[in-house]
Amino acid sequence: MQRIIAHLDLPLLLGISLLMLTSLVVLYSADNASWHRPLSQMLNIVAALTCMWLVANLPLHYLMRTAVPIYVLGMVLLIGVALFGEISHGARRWLNIGVATIQPSELMKIGVPLMMAWYFEKHEAALTLKNYFVAALLLLMPIVLIARQPDLGTAILISASGFYVLFLAGLSWRVMGVMFVAALASAPVLWSMLHDYQRHRIMMLFDPSQDALGKGYHTIQGMIAVGSGGILGKGYLNGTQTHLDFLPERTTDFIFAVYSEEFGLLGNLILLGLYLFVIGRGFIITANASTYFTRLMAGSITLTFATYAFVNMGMVSGILPVVGVPLPLVSYGGTSMLTLLLGFGMLMSIETHKKLVKT
Amino acid sequence: MNKNVELKNHQREIFYFRLRLAISIGFVLLLLTILLGRFIYLQIVRHDYYQTLAESNRISVVPIVPNRGLILDRNGVVLAHNYSGYTLEINPGKTTDMEATINELSTLVEITPKDRKRFKKLLAEQRNSEALMIRNRLTDEEVARFAAQQYRFRSVEIKARLFREYPLVEKTAHLIGYIGRINQTDVDQLEENDLAANYRGSDYIGKTGLEQSYESELHGITGVEQVEVDSAGRAVRILSRKPPVSGNTLVLSIDAKLQEIAEQAFGNYRGALVAIDPNNGEVLAFVSKPGYDPSLFVDGIDPQSWDELNNSPDHPLNNRALRGQYPPGSTIKPFMALAGLFYHTRSPDRAISDPGYFNLPGSSHQYRDWKKGGHGSVDMFKSIVISCDTYYYGLATELGIDNIFSFLSRFGFGKKTGLDLEGETSGLLPSQEWKMKRYKDKWYAGDTVSVGIGQGYNLVTPMQLAFATATLANNGIGYKPHLVREVRSSRNSENRLIEAKPEFDLKLDPAHLDLVKRAMAAVTQPGGTAAQAAAGAPYHIAGKTGTAQVVAMKQGEKYDASKLSERNRDHAWFIAFAPAEQPKIALVVLAENGGHGGGTAAPIARKVFDYYLLGKVPTPLPDLVEGEDDQHD
Repeated sequence: MQRIIAHLDLPLLLGISLLMLTSLVVLYSADNASWHRPLSQMLNIVAALTCMWLVANLPLHYLMRTAVPIYVLGMVLLIGVALFGEISHGARRWLNIGVATIQPSELMKIGVPLMMAWYFEKHEAALTLKNYFVAALLLLMPIVLIARQPDLGTAILISASGFYVLFLAGLSWRVMGVMFVAALASAPVLWSMLHDYQRHRIMMLFDPSQDALGKGYHTIQGMIAVGSGGILGKGYLNGTQTHLDFLPERTTDFIFAVYSEEFGLLGNLILLGLYLFVIGRGFIITANASTYFTRLMAGSITLTFATYAFVNMGMVSGILPVVGVPLPLVSYGGTSMLTLLLGFGMLMSIETHKKLVKT
Repeated sequence: MNKNVELKNHQREIFYFRLRLAISIGFVLLLLTILLGRFIYLQIVRHDYYQTLAESNRISVVPIVPNRGLILDRNGVVLAHNYSGYTLEINPGKTTDMEATINELSTLVEITPKDRKRFKKLLAEQRNSEALMIRNRLTDEEVARFAAQQYRFRSVEIKARLFREYPLVEKTAHLIGYIGRINQTDVDQLEENDLAANYRGSDYIGKTGLEQSYESELHGITGVEQVEVDSAGRAVRILSRKPPVSGNTLVLSIDAKLQEIAEQAFGNYRGALVAIDPNNGEVLAFVSKPGYDPSLFVDGIDPQSWDELNNSPDHPLNNRALRGQYPPGSTIKPFMALAGLFYHTRSPDRAISDPGYFNLPGSSHQYRDWKKGGHGSVDMFKSIVISCDTYYYGLATELGIDNIFSFLSRFGFGKKTGLDLEGETSGLLPSQEWKMKRYKDKWYAGDTVSVGIGQGYNLVTPMQLAFATATLANNGIGYKPHLVREVRSSRNSENRLIEAKPEFDLKLDPAHLDLVKRAMAAVTQPGGTAAQAAAGAPYHIAGKTGTAQVVAMKQGEKYDASKLSERNRDHAWFIAFAPAEQPKIALVVLAENGGHGGGTAAPIARKVFDYYLLGKVPTPLPDLVEGEDDQHD
């Protein structure tokens, strides 16, 4: 027993377990009191936890060694998608590899920060501006491919996780300032280069009523669900928005609306508390990490997790545009569960292997 | 000392990292605070508002379907438009006894057995619980009669709707196509392309022809109304409205009058005609005969009409111009002659002596010319004028299949022309590689011989042959053929013209072109195979006749039209452009089972030329007489 849990971080495991438990409880309600989704989610959780355990047991130097192969594989697959990908819902995101179809952008959620952290570790002794530039390039290449699919949501999230690595690696404030100004300045130029329909799509992101028949409808119904929940909520299994079929995608991207309608502001506070607990534990692991690589990796994983949670809840409650981002650890779905738990496995490995490295 | 510095550096690094980490923690706390603020705003401040909204979920989002764009010909003649009319619709969800309801309705308005059958089919295919049409195009009187009795029918309502109409009916059926009710396949397709939102409320979608190919231009952008509804679902108040944007208008390069004349010129023949302006690729006429009434399909075709169309031996639903694949017959000869000149296989003045057949060295198999006894001495010019088979058996053999394949494919044979109409087939231009793949067999010398007169493995579509003829007329400079000339936006005055730009230049030798074109012009002069059809024309026509065998002849057997049943007779071809010196129009005519190109197909072309070049409208045609003469090809 001792050996099995030796590399698990118990506080972190407690936090994510509570979130996953919440997932099962809410899924049961969102699926109209059916066991179908909760059971299938249970399988997702078991599989993902197993992978997490494996990664947590991997010593750090193994972790580092995977950086380049994962990144290269991810890039090859992304190029493969661009060339031979299957088109679904107007976007080319999936690659058919014979036995299954895979979505390589998911792999890059881990692959990109891993590669960047590896790169910084390699050049830790004398970091110059050139190194930051190369790291930014490592980030930009997959981003461009993913944004072209087009999968704007994933592109933005991976950009964020890459940016966190740059930030934690000590990118100077001046350079960040220049980047910010440059981005602002180039916006009108980029805008003028876009097609009419692309502009229309972007406008739609910021004004849901522009697309009241499509995604805007989701936002409107989501806000009604959250708002009508009030302080204490309508009670478990009593959400009218949910059970009268007004809420679209209520087991996946909009599951927070179900939760919020039934458990109210109080429930939201508890959920925010749980997320804060997991994030806080992530930061502690980051602060104690022993090497440059692990510090960057742990920091990026934690910040990215926080970003996912913020973007999803912000989107459901109508302060952010609807980009397909699930609520981490709660939304139904095996792929995002797996990606997240791989990240947590790395955090645990970083925490539990650090003494070995120090000596 | 050194170690000390390193340690110090390390500590400084840790310090900076933790500083950044602290900033990150602050950032996360800020994000969570924003969320908390938003929750408090929604769940406490605005709670009452959302509570009421949720209680009756009062907001209903109603799509407003845009008007579909029009389709006009090059002179503004309407080929597809919308008109408003009344339909009678039954909501199956509110009906207990459907049969009784329909019977009762039929005492007020006429409901034919066809209407009943169509309704049954719609009911069976229904996607959701929307009202279904039982009758369309109600007269004013019928509307009034029903309105007076409406209280008796809880589940029936009259709706004002826009209908699609195709004024030229069967004459443009294969060109314009039709719209039809959106079915499950369409829904899947729309979802696949992320267009489902824009089709909320839409019942129709382009199914074939230009209606399908230009669906994204024609449909328009669906508007939306947010309305407050009472508990029964009736709209009480409009909260916001975004008007729909009508679909764009398509202006075609087709000349509707020319299209009509071409269609009528076929008389009772089945076939296809494609006319192109060789100077810019604009398609002037696009006929596939017989056509059908596209309006039958718009509201779902009744099973009886469907069976009639689908099982007719004339195959009216088959778009012959775009999808029909036929052996090119002798129309391939001008292109073969150009190939011979291009590869310097035969000089123009080299004459062969034609005994009336050809055999490969060391073989006794006779490839016969259409004329028993042969044409005597034949050079390249004469070979086109009199359509000598023996000359081309030899030429093809000397060229070899590889050269033939490479040269003809540059003219677009064996490939789709890229016409802006979906469903084009690519014909077949055989090659060694193709035969190996298809038949797992190598290419024999004998295979090449019959390719030389367009009777081997090769197949062309009328569209393809028209494109190749236009390219030849334009001296080897090919313009991509297109049907739509202009897309007129309904939103602003932004009109997109489809630019004519040359796709390729074959860089043919002017001397070679001159020879072949002069020979083609001589085809319509006395002594040529199409002399009769061109007699008396005040302009010169350059052309080439052809026949495509439907049944193969045995060695030594003689083709005799009268012995063959009508459907087994040869297909008649004619390719041509005029005026021969400065071509303004290039076309291809295919008359199925028409027998001789010169006798059947060329007169059709003449009528088209007369109208396009002289504005001459033909007097009603006497029925074309079957050619009984011995003259072939």
